[in-house]
Amino acid sequence: MSIKHSLLALLQESPRYGYQLRGEFEERTGSTWPLNIGQVYTTLDRLERDSLVEKDGDDGEGHLIYSITDAGRAEVMSWFAQPVAATNPPRNELAIKLALALTLADVDVSAVVQAQRSASMKLLQDYTRQRRAAATNAGTQLNGDPGAGDANDAAWLLVLDSLIFTTEAELRWLDHCEGWMAKRAATAAKSMTTAPVAAPSQKFAPADQAVSK
Amino acid sequence: MSNEILQLASVSRTYGEGAMSVAALRNVNLTISAGEFVAVMGPSGSGKSSLLTLAGGLDKATSGEVFVEGTPLGGLSINELARLRRRAVGYVFQDFNLVPTLTASENVALPRELDGTPARKAKRQAKDALRLVGIEDLADRFMDQMSGGQQQRVAIARAIVGQRRLILADEPTGALDSATGDGILEVLRNRAEAGAAVVMVTHEARHAGWADRVVFLKDGRIVDEAASQHDPAVLLAGMGH
Ligand SMILES: Nc1ncnc2c1ncn2[C@@H]1O[C@H](COP(=O)(O)OP(=O)(O)OP(=O)(O)O)[C@@H](O)[C@H]1O
Ligand SMILES: [Mg+2]
Repeated sequence: MSIKHSLLALLQESPRYGYQLRGEFEERTGSTWPLNIGQVYTTLDRLERDSLVEKDGDDGEGHLIYSITDAGRAEVMSWFAQPVAATNPPRNELAIKLALALTLADVDVSAVVQAQRSASMKLLQDYTRQRRAAATNAGTQLNGDPGAGDANDAAWLLVLDSLIFTTEAELRWLDHCEGWMAKRAATAAKSMTTAPVAAPSQKFAPADQAVSK
Repeated sequence: MSNEILQLASVSRTYGEGAMSVAALRNVNLTISAGEFVAVMGPSGSGKSSLLTLAGGLDKATSGEVFVEGTPLGGLSINELARLRRRAVGYVFQDFNLVPTLTASENVALPRELDGTPARKAKRQAKDALRLVGIEDLADRFMDQMSGGQQQRVAIARAIVGQRRLILADEPTGALDSATGDGILEVLRNRAEAGAAVVMVTHEARHAGWADRVVFLKDGRIVDEAASQHDPAVLLAGMGH
Protein backbone atom coordinates (compact mmCIF):
# COMPACT_ATOMS: atom_id res chain seq x y z
CA MET A 1 0.00 0.00 0.00
CA SER A 2 1.36 3.40 -0.89
CA ILE A 3 0.67 5.75 2.01
CA LYS A 4 2.72 8.37 0.23
CA HIS A 5 0.51 8.44 -2.83
CA SER A 6 -2.70 8.13 -0.85
CA LEU A 7 -1.84 11.21 1.19
CA LEU A 8 -0.77 13.12 -1.90
CA ALA A 9 -4.05 12.28 -3.61
CA LEU A 10 -5.99 13.59 -0.61
CA LEU A 11 -3.89 16.77 -0.54
CA GLN A 12 -4.64 17.32 -4.18
CA GLU A 13 -8.27 17.69 -3.19
CA SER A 14 -7.50 20.36 -0.58
CA PRO A 15 -4.80 21.39 1.92
CA ARG A 16 -5.14 19.37 5.15
CA TYR A 17 -3.41 18.61 8.43
CA GLY A 18 -2.23 15.21 9.66
CA TYR A 19 -5.28 14.02 11.61
CA GLN A 20 -7.56 15.18 8.82
CA LEU A 21 -5.57 13.14 6.31
CA ARG A 22 -5.78 10.05 8.47
CA GLY A 23 -9.54 10.56 8.96
CA GLU A 24 -10.19 11.01 5.23
CA PHE A 25 -8.09 8.00 4.31
CA GLU A 26 -9.88 5.74 6.77
CA GLU A 27 -13.32 6.98 5.88
CA ARG A 28 -12.78 6.32 2.20
CA THR A 29 -11.34 2.84 2.72
CA GLY A 30 -13.71 1.81 5.51
CA SER A 31 -10.96 1.72 8.16
CA THR A 32 -9.74 -1.45 6.51
CA TRP A 33 -6.11 -0.45 6.69
CA PRO A 34 -5.77 1.68 9.83
CA LEU A 35 -3.01 4.32 9.65
CA ASN A 36 -1.21 5.42 12.75
CA ILE A 37 -0.66 9.12 13.05
CA GLY A 38 3.11 8.68 13.40
CA GLN A 39 3.16 7.06 9.94
CA VAL A 40 1.24 10.02 8.55
CA TYR A 41 3.70 12.57 9.93
CA THR A 42 6.81 10.63 8.88
CA THR A 43 5.36 10.38 5.39
CA LEU A 44 4.52 14.09 5.29
CA ASP A 45 8.11 14.88 6.34
CA ARG A 46 9.46 12.78 3.52
CA LEU A 47 7.06 14.31 1.01
CA GLU A 48 8.15 17.77 2.11
CA ARG A 49 11.82 16.83 1.80
CA ASP A 50 11.12 15.69 -1.78
CA SER A 51 9.26 18.99 -2.49
CA LEU A 52 5.99 17.18 -3.23
CA VAL A 53 4.17 19.03 -0.43
CA GLU A 54 4.84 22.20 1.54
CA LYS A 55 3.81 23.57 4.91
CA ASP A 56 1.03 26.08 4.58
CA GLY A 57 0.78 27.72 8.02
CA ASP A 58 -1.67 26.53 10.66
CA ASP A 59 -5.42 26.56 10.96
CA GLY A 60 -5.47 28.88 13.98
CA GLU A 61 -5.87 25.93 16.35
CA GLY A 62 -2.29 24.80 16.16
CA HIS A 63 -2.75 22.24 13.34
CA LEU A 64 0.01 22.39 10.78
CA ILE A 65 -1.54 22.53 7.30
CA TYR A 66 0.12 20.89 4.30
CA SER A 67 -0.62 21.64 0.66
CA ILE A 68 0.48 19.89 -2.51
CA THR A 69 3.07 21.34 -4.91
CA ASP A 70 3.05 21.15 -8.72
CA ALA A 71 5.60 18.35 -8.53
CA GLY A 72 3.25 16.60 -6.09
CA ARG A 73 0.34 16.92 -8.52
CA ALA A 74 2.44 15.40 -11.28
CA GLU A 75 3.34 12.53 -8.95
CA VAL A 76 -0.35 11.82 -8.21
CA MET A 77 -1.19 11.90 -11.91
CA SER A 78 1.47 9.36 -12.72
CA TRP A 79 0.41 7.14 -9.76
CA PHE A 80 -3.13 6.90 -11.10
CA ALA A 81 -1.86 6.41 -14.64
CA GLN A 82 0.41 3.46 -13.78
CA PRO A 83 -0.91 -0.02 -13.05
CA VAL A 84 0.03 -1.47 -9.69
CA ALA A 85 3.18 -3.50 -10.31
CA ALA A 86 2.56 -7.24 -10.07
CA THR A 87 6.00 -8.39 -11.16
CA ASN A 88 7.01 -9.53 -7.70
CA PRO A 89 4.16 -11.56 -6.25
CA PRO A 90 3.73 -10.62 -2.62
CA ARG A 91 4.96 -13.34 -0.31
CA ASN A 92 2.05 -15.68 0.13
CA GLU A 93 2.41 -17.48 3.43
CA LEU A 94 -0.35 -19.93 2.61
CA ALA A 95 1.23 -21.00 -0.69
CA ILE A 96 4.55 -21.44 1.03
CA LYS A 97 2.97 -23.41 3.87
CA LEU A 98 1.19 -25.76 1.49
CA ALA A 99 4.25 -26.23 -0.67
CA LEU A 100 6.24 -27.23 2.38
CA ALA A 101 3.45 -29.40 3.74
CA LEU A 102 3.34 -31.29 0.45
CA THR A 103 7.03 -32.04 0.52
CA LEU A 104 7.28 -33.07 4.17
CA ALA A 105 6.36 -36.62 5.11
CA ASP A 106 4.70 -36.03 8.47
CA VAL A 107 2.24 -33.30 7.57
CA ASP A 108 -1.45 -34.02 6.92
CA VAL A 109 -1.93 -31.77 3.93
CA SER A 110 -5.70 -32.18 3.70
CA ALA A 111 -6.00 -31.11 7.31
CA VAL A 112 -3.96 -28.00 6.52
CA VAL A 113 -6.21 -27.28 3.53
CA GLN A 114 -9.42 -27.81 5.50
CA ALA A 115 -8.32 -25.70 8.46
CA GLN A 116 -7.50 -22.87 6.11
CA ARG A 117 -10.72 -23.33 4.16
CA SER A 118 -12.77 -23.06 7.29
CA ALA A 119 -10.93 -19.96 8.48
CA SER A 120 -11.13 -18.25 5.09
CA MET A 121 -14.81 -19.09 4.83
CA LYS A 122 -15.49 -17.46 8.20
CA LEU A 123 -13.66 -14.38 7.01
CA LEU A 124 -15.68 -14.39 3.80
CA GLN A 125 -18.90 -14.63 5.80
CA ASP A 126 -17.85 -11.64 7.87
CA TYR A 127 -16.91 -9.56 4.84
CA THR A 128 -20.19 -10.51 3.20
CA ARG A 129 -22.19 -9.43 6.23
CA GLN A 130 -20.34 -6.13 6.35
CA ARG A 131 -20.88 -5.65 2.66
CA ARG A 132 -24.56 -6.25 3.03
CA ALA A 133 -24.78 -3.65 5.78
CA ALA A 134 -22.68 -1.20 3.78
CA ALA A 135 -24.81 -1.71 0.69
CA THR A 136 -27.90 -0.88 2.71
CA ASN A 137 -26.24 2.33 3.93
CA ALA A 138 -25.10 3.27 0.44
CA GLY A 139 -28.66 2.76 -0.84
CA THR A 140 -27.71 -0.02 -3.25
CA GLN A 141 -30.68 -1.55 -5.03
CA LEU A 142 -31.65 -5.21 -4.66
CA ASN A 143 -30.63 -5.91 -8.25
CA GLY A 144 -27.11 -4.68 -7.52
CA ASP A 145 -27.54 -1.26 -9.12
CA PRO A 146 -25.51 1.21 -7.12
CA GLY A 147 -27.69 3.79 -5.44
CA ALA A 148 -27.04 7.49 -5.44
CA GLY A 149 -25.63 7.31 -1.90
CA ASP A 150 -22.54 8.88 -0.44
CA ALA A 151 -19.30 8.48 -2.45
CA ASN A 152 -17.36 7.36 0.64
CA ASP A 153 -19.87 4.58 1.32
CA ALA A 154 -19.55 3.49 -2.28
CA ALA A 155 -15.74 3.52 -2.01
CA TRP A 156 -15.93 1.32 1.06
CA LEU A 157 -18.24 -1.10 -0.77
CA LEU A 158 -15.63 -1.54 -3.47
CA VAL A 159 -12.90 -2.09 -0.91
CA LEU A 160 -15.03 -4.79 0.72
CA ASP A 161 -15.65 -6.34 -2.70
CA SER A 162 -11.91 -6.49 -3.22
CA LEU A 163 -11.47 -8.35 0.07
CA ILE A 164 -14.34 -10.68 -0.82
CA PHE A 165 -12.94 -11.53 -4.24
CA THR A 166 -9.45 -12.05 -2.83
CA THR A 167 -10.75 -14.43 -0.18
CA GLU A 168 -12.84 -16.21 -2.79
CA ALA A 169 -9.74 -16.66 -4.93
CA GLU A 170 -7.94 -18.18 -1.97
CA LEU A 171 -10.79 -20.64 -1.38
CA ARG A 172 -10.86 -21.60 -5.05
CA TRP A 173 -7.17 -22.18 -4.96
CA LEU A 174 -7.61 -24.43 -1.91
CA ASP A 175 -10.26 -26.44 -3.81
CA HIS A 176 -7.88 -26.65 -6.70
CA CYS A 177 -5.05 -27.90 -4.47
CA GLU A 178 -7.30 -30.51 -2.92
CA GLY A 179 -8.56 -31.72 -6.29
CA TRP A 180 -5.02 -31.91 -7.56
CA MET A 181 -3.88 -33.89 -4.52
CA ALA A 182 -6.78 -36.33 -4.86
CA LYS A 183 -5.88 -36.92 -8.51
CA ARG A 184 -2.25 -37.37 -7.66
CA ALA A 185 -3.09 -39.86 -4.91
CA ALA A 186 -5.26 -41.81 -7.36
CA THR A 187 -2.47 -41.86 -9.94
CA ALA A 188 0.03 -42.94 -7.32
CA ALA A 189 -2.29 -45.76 -6.21
CA LYS A 190 -2.60 -46.91 -9.81
CA SER A 191 1.11 -46.80 -10.54
CA MET A 192 1.69 -48.75 -7.32
CA THR A 193 0.02 -51.74 -8.94
CA THR A 194 1.89 -51.41 -12.23
CA ALA A 195 5.26 -49.91 -11.26
CA PRO A 196 5.92 -50.11 -7.52
CA VAL A 197 8.77 -47.58 -7.54
CA ALA A 198 7.53 -43.99 -7.76
CA ALA A 199 9.82 -41.32 -9.16
CA PRO A 200 10.70 -39.08 -6.20
CA SER A 201 11.45 -36.00 -8.29
CA GLN A 202 7.81 -35.86 -9.42
CA LYS A 203 6.76 -35.10 -5.91
CA PHE A 204 8.46 -31.73 -5.88
CA ALA A 205 7.60 -30.23 -9.22
CA PRO A 206 3.99 -29.14 -8.56
CA ALA A 207 4.90 -27.76 -5.14
CA ASP A 208 7.44 -25.50 -6.78
CA GLN A 209 4.74 -24.22 -9.07
CA ALA A 210 2.60 -23.36 -6.09
CA VAL A 211 5.35 -21.14 -4.67
CA SER A 212 6.11 -19.27 -7.83
CA LYS A 213 2.41 -18.65 -8.47
CA MET B 1 -42.17 -27.70 19.47
CA SER B 2 -38.62 -26.46 19.20
CA ASN B 3 -37.51 -24.27 16.35
CA GLU B 4 -35.59 -27.09 14.70
CA ILE B 5 -36.90 -27.21 11.16
CA LEU B 6 -34.67 -29.88 9.71
CA GLN B 7 -32.81 -32.67 11.38
CA LEU B 8 -30.77 -35.46 9.86
CA ALA B 9 -29.98 -38.12 12.46
CA SER B 10 -27.26 -40.62 11.48
CA VAL B 11 -28.45 -40.54 7.89
CA SER B 12 -26.81 -42.78 5.32
CA ARG B 13 -27.77 -43.32 1.71
CA THR B 14 -26.28 -46.08 -0.38
CA TYR B 15 -27.17 -46.40 -4.05
CA GLY B 16 -27.08 -49.84 -5.62
CA GLU B 17 -25.96 -53.07 -4.02
CA GLY B 18 -22.94 -55.28 -3.60
CA ALA B 19 -19.70 -54.45 -5.34
CA MET B 20 -21.34 -51.71 -7.41
CA SER B 21 -22.84 -49.85 -4.47
CA VAL B 22 -22.03 -46.18 -3.86
CA ALA B 23 -22.17 -44.71 -0.37
CA ALA B 24 -23.42 -41.21 -1.21
CA LEU B 25 -23.96 -40.20 2.44
CA ARG B 26 -22.40 -41.78 5.49
CA ASN B 27 -23.80 -41.21 8.94
CA VAL B 28 -24.66 -37.55 8.49
CA ASN B 29 -25.91 -35.56 11.49
CA LEU B 30 -27.19 -32.08 10.86
CA THR B 31 -29.70 -29.84 12.60
CA ILE B 32 -30.98 -26.61 11.11
CA SER B 33 -33.16 -24.17 13.01
CA ALA B 34 -35.68 -21.59 11.96
CA GLY B 35 -33.95 -18.44 10.77
CA GLU B 36 -30.75 -20.18 9.76
CA PHE B 37 -29.15 -19.92 6.34
CA VAL B 38 -26.82 -22.86 5.77
CA ALA B 39 -24.61 -23.47 2.75
CA VAL B 40 -23.40 -26.94 1.76
CA MET B 41 -20.11 -27.19 -0.12
CA GLY B 42 -17.94 -30.02 -1.31
CA PRO B 43 -16.39 -31.54 -4.41
CA SER B 44 -18.52 -32.97 -7.18
CA GLY B 45 -19.93 -36.32 -6.09
CA SER B 46 -19.47 -35.61 -2.37
CA GLY B 47 -23.19 -36.10 -1.68
CA LYS B 48 -24.59 -32.55 -1.68
CA SER B 49 -27.61 -33.24 -3.89
CA SER B 50 -28.21 -36.54 -2.10
CA LEU B 51 -28.36 -34.69 1.21
CA LEU B 52 -30.82 -32.19 -0.20
CA THR B 53 -33.14 -34.77 -1.79
CA LEU B 54 -33.30 -36.67 1.51
CA ALA B 55 -34.00 -33.47 3.42
CA GLY B 56 -36.80 -32.66 1.00
CA GLY B 57 -38.39 -36.10 1.27
CA LEU B 58 -37.71 -36.85 -2.40
CA ASP B 59 -35.69 -39.94 -1.52
CA LYS B 60 -35.49 -42.28 1.43
CA ALA B 61 -32.50 -42.82 3.70
CA THR B 62 -30.91 -46.26 3.69
CA SER B 63 -30.54 -45.85 7.44
CA GLY B 64 -31.07 -43.07 9.94
CA GLU B 65 -33.98 -40.65 10.02
CA VAL B 66 -34.86 -37.26 8.55
CA PHE B 67 -37.15 -34.98 10.56
CA VAL B 68 -38.92 -31.95 9.10
CA GLU B 69 -40.44 -29.79 11.82
CA GLY B 70 -40.15 -32.74 14.15
CA THR B 71 -41.98 -35.18 11.87
CA PRO B 72 -39.96 -38.27 10.92
CA LEU B 73 -40.31 -38.59 7.15
CA GLY B 74 -39.76 -42.36 7.26
CA GLY B 75 -43.18 -42.90 8.82
CA LEU B 76 -45.20 -40.87 6.30
CA SER B 77 -47.32 -42.31 3.50
CA ILE B 78 -46.63 -41.12 -0.02
CA ASN B 79 -49.61 -38.79 0.13
CA GLU B 80 -48.65 -37.36 3.50
CA LEU B 81 -45.13 -36.80 2.24
CA ALA B 82 -46.36 -35.03 -0.89
CA ARG B 83 -48.55 -32.81 1.23
CA LEU B 84 -45.72 -31.91 3.60
CA ARG B 85 -43.49 -31.10 0.64
CA ARG B 86 -46.03 -28.80 -0.96
CA ARG B 87 -46.80 -26.98 2.28
CA ALA B 88 -43.55 -26.72 4.13
CA VAL B 89 -40.74 -27.35 1.68
CA GLY B 90 -39.60 -25.19 -1.22
CA TYR B 91 -37.15 -27.02 -3.46
CA VAL B 92 -34.93 -25.54 -6.16
CA PHE B 93 -33.64 -28.40 -8.33
CA GLN B 94 -30.17 -28.40 -9.82
CA ASP B 95 -31.84 -28.82 -13.23
CA PHE B 96 -34.86 -26.56 -12.40
CA ASN B 97 -37.55 -29.26 -13.01
CA LEU B 98 -40.14 -26.81 -14.37
CA VAL B 99 -43.25 -27.78 -16.32
CA PRO B 100 -42.61 -26.78 -19.96
CA THR B 101 -46.30 -26.52 -20.91
CA LEU B 102 -46.98 -23.93 -18.19
CA THR B 103 -46.07 -20.27 -18.08
CA ALA B 104 -43.71 -18.86 -15.47
CA SER B 105 -46.51 -17.71 -13.19
CA GLU B 106 -48.41 -21.00 -13.63
CA ASN B 107 -45.31 -22.93 -12.67
CA VAL B 108 -44.94 -20.87 -9.53
CA ALA B 109 -48.65 -20.96 -8.64
CA LEU B 110 -49.05 -24.72 -9.25
CA PRO B 111 -47.91 -26.03 -5.84
CA ARG B 112 -50.11 -23.47 -4.08
CA GLU B 113 -53.17 -24.45 -6.11
CA LEU B 114 -52.50 -28.16 -5.58
CA ASP B 115 -52.49 -27.39 -1.91
CA GLY B 116 -55.92 -25.78 -2.02
CA THR B 117 -55.06 -22.10 -2.28
CA PRO B 118 -57.73 -20.36 -4.42
CA ALA B 119 -56.43 -19.78 -7.96
CA ARG B 120 -56.67 -16.01 -7.69
CA LYS B 121 -54.64 -15.88 -4.50
CA ALA B 122 -52.09 -18.36 -5.84
CA LYS B 123 -51.65 -16.18 -8.94
CA ARG B 124 -51.09 -13.13 -6.82
CA GLN B 125 -48.55 -14.92 -4.65
CA ALA B 126 -46.82 -16.14 -7.81
CA LYS B 127 -46.59 -12.57 -9.09
CA ASP B 128 -45.05 -11.44 -5.81
CA ALA B 129 -42.48 -14.22 -5.89
CA LEU B 130 -41.58 -13.46 -9.52
CA ARG B 131 -41.15 -9.82 -8.61
CA LEU B 132 -38.75 -10.75 -5.79
CA VAL B 133 -36.52 -12.62 -8.23
CA GLY B 134 -36.72 -9.77 -10.73
CA ILE B 135 -38.75 -11.31 -13.59
CA GLU B 136 -42.35 -10.26 -13.00
CA ASP B 137 -42.54 -8.94 -16.56
CA LEU B 138 -41.89 -12.47 -17.86
CA ALA B 139 -44.80 -14.00 -15.91
CA ASP B 140 -46.69 -15.13 -19.02
CA ARG B 141 -43.76 -16.68 -20.89
CA PHE B 142 -43.41 -20.40 -21.43
CA MET B 143 -40.21 -22.12 -20.37
CA ASP B 144 -38.83 -22.50 -23.91
CA GLN B 145 -39.13 -18.74 -24.32
CA MET B 146 -36.83 -18.05 -21.38
CA SER B 147 -33.08 -18.12 -20.91
CA GLY B 148 -31.43 -20.57 -18.51
CA GLY B 149 -30.94 -17.88 -15.90
CA GLN B 150 -34.56 -16.75 -16.21
CA GLN B 151 -35.80 -20.32 -15.80
CA GLN B 152 -33.62 -20.68 -12.76
CA ARG B 153 -35.31 -17.67 -11.26
CA VAL B 154 -38.74 -19.18 -11.97
CA ALA B 155 -37.57 -22.27 -10.08
CA ILE B 156 -36.49 -20.08 -7.15
CA ALA B 157 -39.79 -18.19 -7.18
CA ARG B 158 -41.62 -21.53 -7.03
CA ALA B 159 -39.59 -22.51 -3.98
CA ILE B 160 -40.15 -19.31 -2.01
CA VAL B 161 -43.82 -18.75 -2.86
CA GLY B 162 -46.22 -18.93 0.08
CA GLN B 163 -43.69 -18.58 2.90
CA ARG B 164 -42.40 -22.15 3.12
CA ARG B 165 -40.54 -22.86 6.32
CA LEU B 166 -37.85 -25.01 4.74
CA ILE B 167 -36.16 -23.91 1.53
CA LEU B 168 -33.75 -26.31 -0.12
CA ALA B 169 -31.82 -24.95 -3.08
CA ASP B 170 -29.41 -26.98 -5.21
CA GLU B 171 -26.97 -24.59 -6.91
CA PRO B 172 -29.61 -21.85 -7.21
CA THR B 173 -27.17 -19.35 -8.66
CA GLY B 174 -25.45 -21.64 -11.15
CA ALA B 175 -26.94 -20.05 -14.27
CA LEU B 176 -26.89 -16.45 -13.07
CA ASP B 177 -24.48 -13.57 -13.60
CA SER B 178 -22.91 -12.22 -10.46
CA ALA B 179 -25.24 -9.24 -9.86
CA THR B 180 -28.37 -11.36 -10.41
CA GLY B 181 -26.89 -14.08 -8.22
CA ASP B 182 -26.38 -11.56 -5.42
CA GLY B 183 -30.02 -10.52 -5.78
CA ILE B 184 -31.12 -14.14 -5.32
CA LEU B 185 -28.89 -14.55 -2.28
CA GLU B 186 -30.49 -11.45 -0.82
CA VAL B 187 -33.90 -13.05 -1.37
CA LEU B 188 -32.84 -16.29 0.33
CA ARG B 189 -31.20 -14.37 3.18
CA ASN B 190 -34.39 -12.36 3.71
CA ARG B 191 -36.37 -15.59 3.81
CA ALA B 192 -34.11 -16.87 6.55
CA GLU B 193 -34.42 -13.62 8.45
CA ALA B 194 -38.19 -13.96 8.17
CA GLY B 195 -37.91 -17.30 9.98
CA ALA B 196 -37.38 -19.96 7.31
CA ALA B 197 -34.57 -22.50 7.41
CA VAL B 198 -32.62 -22.22 4.17
CA VAL B 199 -30.17 -24.83 2.88
CA MET B 200 -28.24 -23.98 -0.25
CA VAL B 201 -25.81 -26.20 -2.12
CA THR B 202 -23.17 -24.17 -3.91
CA HIS B 203 -19.75 -24.48 -5.51
CA GLU B 204 -19.16 -20.74 -5.17
CA ALA B 205 -17.38 -19.69 -2.00
CA ARG B 206 -18.54 -16.14 -2.51
CA HIS B 207 -22.14 -17.27 -2.39
CA ALA B 208 -21.57 -19.51 0.61
CA GLY B 209 -20.30 -16.35 2.28
CA TRP B 210 -23.92 -15.23 2.62
CA ALA B 211 -24.74 -18.14 4.92
CA ASP B 212 -24.62 -18.24 8.71
CA ARG B 213 -23.04 -21.67 8.58
CA VAL B 214 -21.14 -23.51 5.89
CA VAL B 215 -21.10 -27.31 6.01
CA PHE B 216 -18.31 -29.07 4.12
CA LEU B 217 -19.01 -32.51 2.68
CA LYS B 218 -16.41 -34.96 1.46
CA ASP B 219 -17.03 -38.54 0.37
CA GLY B 220 -20.50 -38.45 1.89
CA ARG B 221 -19.40 -37.21 5.30
CA ILE B 222 -19.55 -33.82 6.96
CA VAL B 223 -15.88 -33.04 7.51
CA ASP B 224 -16.07 -29.52 8.87
CA GLU B 225 -18.22 -26.52 9.47
CA ALA B 226 -17.60 -22.79 9.34
CA ALA B 227 -19.85 -20.55 11.36
CA SER B 228 -19.26 -16.83 11.34
CA GLN B 229 -19.04 -15.23 14.75
CA HIS B 230 -20.85 -11.96 14.06
CA ASP B 231 -17.81 -10.22 15.47
CA PRO B 232 -16.52 -7.17 13.60
CA ALA B 233 -13.10 -7.49 15.25
CA VAL B 234 -12.56 -10.54 13.06
CA LEU B 235 -12.51 -8.29 10.05
CA LEU B 236 -9.34 -6.55 11.11
CA ALA B 237 -7.80 -9.61 12.71
CA GLY B 238 -8.12 -11.41 9.39
CA MET B 239 -6.26 -8.78 7.41
CA GLY B 240 -2.80 -10.05 8.28
CA HIS B 241 -2.37 -13.24 6.33
N1 LIG C 1 -29.45 -42.39 -8.46
C1 LIG C 1 -28.19 -42.71 -8.25
N2 LIG C 1 -27.72 -43.97 -8.48
C2 LIG C 1 -26.44 -44.31 -8.23
N3 LIG C 1 -25.53 -43.46 -7.76
C3 LIG C 1 -25.90 -42.20 -7.52
C4 LIG C 1 -27.25 -41.75 -7.75
N4 LIG C 1 -27.32 -40.45 -7.41
C5 LIG C 1 -26.10 -40.09 -6.99
N5 LIG C 1 -25.24 -41.13 -7.05
C6 LIG C 1 -23.84 -41.13 -6.63
O1 LIG C 1 -23.76 -40.67 -5.31
C7 LIG C 1 -22.65 -39.81 -5.12
C8 LIG C 1 -23.15 -38.45 -4.61
O2 LIG C 1 -23.91 -37.83 -5.64
P1 LIG C 1 -24.53 -36.39 -5.49
O3 LIG C 1 -25.41 -36.15 -6.66
O4 LIG C 1 -25.15 -36.27 -4.15
O5 LIG C 1 -23.22 -35.47 -5.55
P2 LIG C 1 -23.06 -33.87 -5.53
O6 LIG C 1 -22.21 -33.54 -4.37
O7 LIG C 1 -24.40 -33.22 -5.62
O8 LIG C 1 -22.23 -33.60 -6.86
P3 LIG C 1 -22.32 -32.39 -7.93
O9 LIG C 1 -21.52 -31.27 -7.34
O10 LIG C 1 -21.62 -32.94 -9.12
O11 LIG C 1 -23.75 -32.06 -8.19
C9 LIG C 1 -21.94 -39.74 -6.45
O12 LIG C 1 -20.89 -40.66 -6.42
C10 LIG C 1 -22.99 -40.18 -7.45
O13 LIG C 1 -22.41 -40.81 -8.55
MG1 LIG D 1 -25.39 -32.07 -7.09
